[in-house]
Amino acid sequence: MADISSNFLGIKSPNPFWLASAPPTDKKINVLRAFEAGWGGVVWKTLGSQVKNVSSRYSAVDYGGHKVMGFNNIELISDRPLEINLREIEECIKLFPDRAMIVSLMADNDKKSWHELIKKVEDTGAHGFELNFGCPHGMTERGMGAAVGQDPEIAKMVVEWVMEVATIPVITKLTPNVHSVVPTGRACVEAGTNALSLINTIQSVTGIDLDTLVPNPFVAGKSVFGGYCGPAVKPIALKMLTTIAQDPVTSKVPISGIGGVSTWKDAVEFLLLGASNVQVCTAVMKHGFRIVEDMCEGLNNWMDEKGYATLNDFIGKSVEKITHWEDLDINYHIIANINQDKCIHCGLCYIACEDTSHQSINLEYGKPYNTYSIKEDECVGCNLCKLVCPVDNCISMVEKRKGDEYLNWKDYQRLGLPLNDH
Amino acid sequence: MIKNNRLTKEQYQQNFSDIHPPFETQDAALVEANRCLFCYDAPCTKSCPTSINIPKFIKQISTDNIKGSAHTIFQSNIMGAGCSKVCPVEKLCEGSCVFNLMHETPIHIAKLQRYATEKAIDQKWQLFERKKSTGKKAAIVGAGPAGLSCAHVLSREGIDVTIYEKESKGGGLMTYGIAAYKVTPKFCEDEVNYITSIGGIEIKYDQELGKNISLVELQKRYDVVYLAIGVGLARQLDIPGEDATGVIDAIKFIYELRNNDFSSLAVGDRVAVIGLGMTAIDAATQAKRLGAKEVTIIYRRTEAEKPCTDVELDIAKLDGCNIIWLAAPKEVKSINGKVNQLVCSRMKLGEPDASGRRSPVDTNDTFELDVDMIIKAAGQTPFEKLVSDISIINTKGKIEIRNCASNIKGVFAGGDCVNGGKEVVDAVQAGKDGASSILSYLGIKNE
Ligand SMILES: Cc1cc2nc3c(=O)[nH]c(=O)nc-3n(C[C@H](O)[C@H](O)[C@H](O)COP(=O)(O)OP(=O)(O)OC[C@H]3O[C@@H](n4cnc5c(N)ncnc54)[C@H](O)[C@@H]3O)c2cc1C
Ligand SMILES: Cc1cc2nc3c(=O)[nH]c(=O)nc-3n(C[C@H](O)[C@H](O)[C@H](O)COP(=O)(O)O)c2cc1C
Ligand code: SF4
Ligand code: SF4
Repeated sequence: MADISSNFLGIKSPNPFWLASAPPTDKKINVLRAFEAGWGGVVWKTLGSQVKNVSSRYSAVDYGGHKVMGFNNIELISDRPLEINLREIEECIKLFPDRAMIVSLMADNDKKSWHELIKKVEDTGAHGFELNFGCPHGMTERGMGAAVGQDPEIAKMVVEWVMEVATIPVITKLTPNVHSVVPTGRACVEAGTNALSLINTIQSVTGIDLDTLVPNPFVAGKSVFGGYCGPAVKPIALKMLTTIAQDPVTSKVPISGIGGVSTWKDAVEFLLLGASNVQVCTAVMKHGFRIVEDMCEGLNNWMDEKGYATLNDFIGKSVEKITHWEDLDINYHIIANINQDKCIHCGLCYIACEDTSHQSINLEYGKPYNTYSIKEDECVGCNLCKLVCPVDNCISMVEKRKGDEYLNWKDYQRLGLPLNDH
Repeated sequence: MIKNNRLTKEQYQQNFSDIHPPFETQDAALVEANRCLFCYDAPCTKSCPTSINIPKFIKQISTDNIKGSAHTIFQSNIMGAGCSKVCPVEKLCEGSCVFNLMHETPIHIAKLQRYATEKAIDQKWQLFERKKSTGKKAAIVGAGPAGLSCAHVLSREGIDVTIYEKESKGGGLMTYGIAAYKVTPKFCEDEVNYITSIGGIEIKYDQELGKNISLVELQKRYDVVYLAIGVGLARQLDIPGEDATGVIDAIKFIYELRNNDFSSLAVGDRVAVIGLGMTAIDAATQAKRLGAKEVTIIYRRTEAEKPCTDVELDIAKLDGCNIIWLAAPKEVKSINGKVNQLVCSRMKLGEPDASGRRSPVDTNDTFELDVDMIIKAAGQTPFEKLVSDISIINTKGKIEIRNCASNIKGVFAGGDCVNGGKEVVDAVQAGKDGASSILSYLGIKNE
């Protein structure tokens, strides 16, 4: 059995699965249920000046009959009295001393407010802070949340205020609503943050009711931009994570990965791209806390299979595998191959390649089943057919190198090699 | 004893309720629609005699475009609603769904088709527009699937259509022949009304060709005539004792069943059904569902040669019907003119016959079956006399056509009266083909 316990900035948890700061971590009752279910830690719902929420609050994007491919919210930070939150945090820590308790903060934009909030929260015995520089709605209008995270100078200033008084580790959570997360990330690291986490939600409009013509979520005939998260944002989160993991400044601190984590596989991907642990929100809002059981078991089995004894054995292993386009090997060439025994003759590969790729699949008419085969000379090895084929491992991509040696685009140009002629 | 009123009202209702119930909710239909892979040049479409663009109509259900979905179906098959309830899909569209090749349940195409088309009929969506009248007139004989399908296409193209139907209701065997647990009289009526609601189609009921009207008359009054009269009664067994009371023709038995209250229909305690086609299965299961204690199907060959599909045979088996393979009726014995025994010959399989199936050969060994009712369902015979009388070239009553036209100029034909008896969906396609031949005969461009 592999050891899946996690140590993030000295904060220990039995597994690398934390709940992200959001409704699942908003009250003692939720958090206790989460700990009972097995979650390694929580980032308590963001505390700050008390706010008031609207109704409705959520909307989602469904896809192909699956509900909640993407999730959207227009909620603010915690709308409960600070004192209740603090008391409950303390109680949760006492009941589950082996779990990580991080508290998310978003104070008013002045030094005094931040200092006061930090002191009060430290008294609960919490293990760390997460600074919410990411909330994309409601708070920005008040100069908080993403407004801080979008301006490296302001972010730096706030982190400095925090570091002046904090005696427990500080994680700074980055907003994805920027061209690049690196400048703010760097500013925060330079200001002394102990770690970074990303991503918060992405500004979005999830859809419009075609009867009322009002976008969702609907609030008395109007809507606002919300924050998008869930499986749909995972690829974007992974990209942003990679840029932080590859940057010489930001890669110096541990990273907590967030955005669309729903399964142990997603989590492994975040870890491979440099996160030391992951945080989850949408997946539990859809399925409840019980999903952590499979996350732990799946991670464990995968590590055993691959021979990794601890998380550190594989964290960051894929970071260097993402390179620059101009360094890719142009001589590497693959072509599609259809396994006729597996093929169910659906024609999806054919129509995709014929209409939108390189007309590299041959259709031989049959009633009712056509036979499809690859025109090997035409195939450019784009993967499209393999991606749309509904049968696992029916289409495989076979390596047929154009040349033995590594050849990148810069060399290709320098050598004056020929471009496509059709 | 042959008697009626064997069951309670509830039992009848239960026994004749819809054998293929619809999706109960929109969500259920959506889940199924989303399972469809949306194949290109789809095998299901190729396996539908009317070539409905199945992936397209299913996709349209999943995008909440039910009107578009119904249009896609009706465009190829105006009886798409009826077909969704009566087609033997296991050997048509669903039988070739690519999921079968993955050993997965095929997409429930018929159920989805029913979902879209029933909505269209319920809401009376008018999905086709009749072109302005061309002044041309067509007479169609028979308001069954072939006749109605032909009428709809012709009317769309601006032809004024009059249908002559010998019965008092439309739908043909849909209304008078198909099992009661597949379609209800109300549905058949709604479907006929939906088809004719496009306008330009008049159905004259209780008008029989050869009795109330003649072909010559029709030829005089119309630019074209389309014969869609279906096939006739059940084939005789030609065995001694066949005219005893209690021996009845399956088509007649079902005709009564489809036109009367179930409780008024009499069945025996022990019923023998002869044959194993769709009609035989329907007769056997419905006799059982009317309360017959024991139903035995007698078939000349073995299961391997059976004309019905596995699904149909399973319905009969699940209803508790017995099947005796390799048995042929030899004589009906009766007491006081009433059936009391069926004598059968035991058969064995010989050389393949014209159909390619091994033929049954008499072993001269016999056995007796105690029965009080015998239903004959050994195939139907075309209206040989009727068509010969009006000088239409035919083979044993099956009208000979070339490009849907008979030997008489301006007289076309299609459906069961040409093919000798297939399925509703084949008749619908025949109607479309007939209409397109008629249109080119009339010099009208078919869209
Ligand atoms: C018992 C039974 C069960 C069946 N079950 C199924 C099934 O489950 N699924 C399926 O797809 N198919 C089934 N079929 C076959 C299907 O019903 C036929 O293939 C189809 O109805 C043929 O259509 P049609 O228009 O050619 O003929 P019909 O439906 O027979 O229509 C012919 C019409 O012409 C009328 N007509 C006949 N003679 C005259 C005349 N001289 N003058 C005026 N009108 C006349 C008739 O009254 C009738 O309305 C079944 C058939 C039978 C007998
Ligand atoms: C309803 C809702 C409320 C949230 N509130 C907060 C918050 O108060 N503070 C915060 O830092 N992030 C908040 N988030 C963002 C989540 O912590 C997380 O960063 C984001 O949802 C991406 O993770 P996921 O894809 O697993 O949901 C909220 C998300 C949701 C869905
Ligand atoms: S890999 Fe791309 S080009 Fe080659 S057959 Fe598939 S879709 Fe066509
Ligand atoms: S997509 Fe796959 S299963 Fe479908 S025809 Fe192509 S190779 Fe066969």
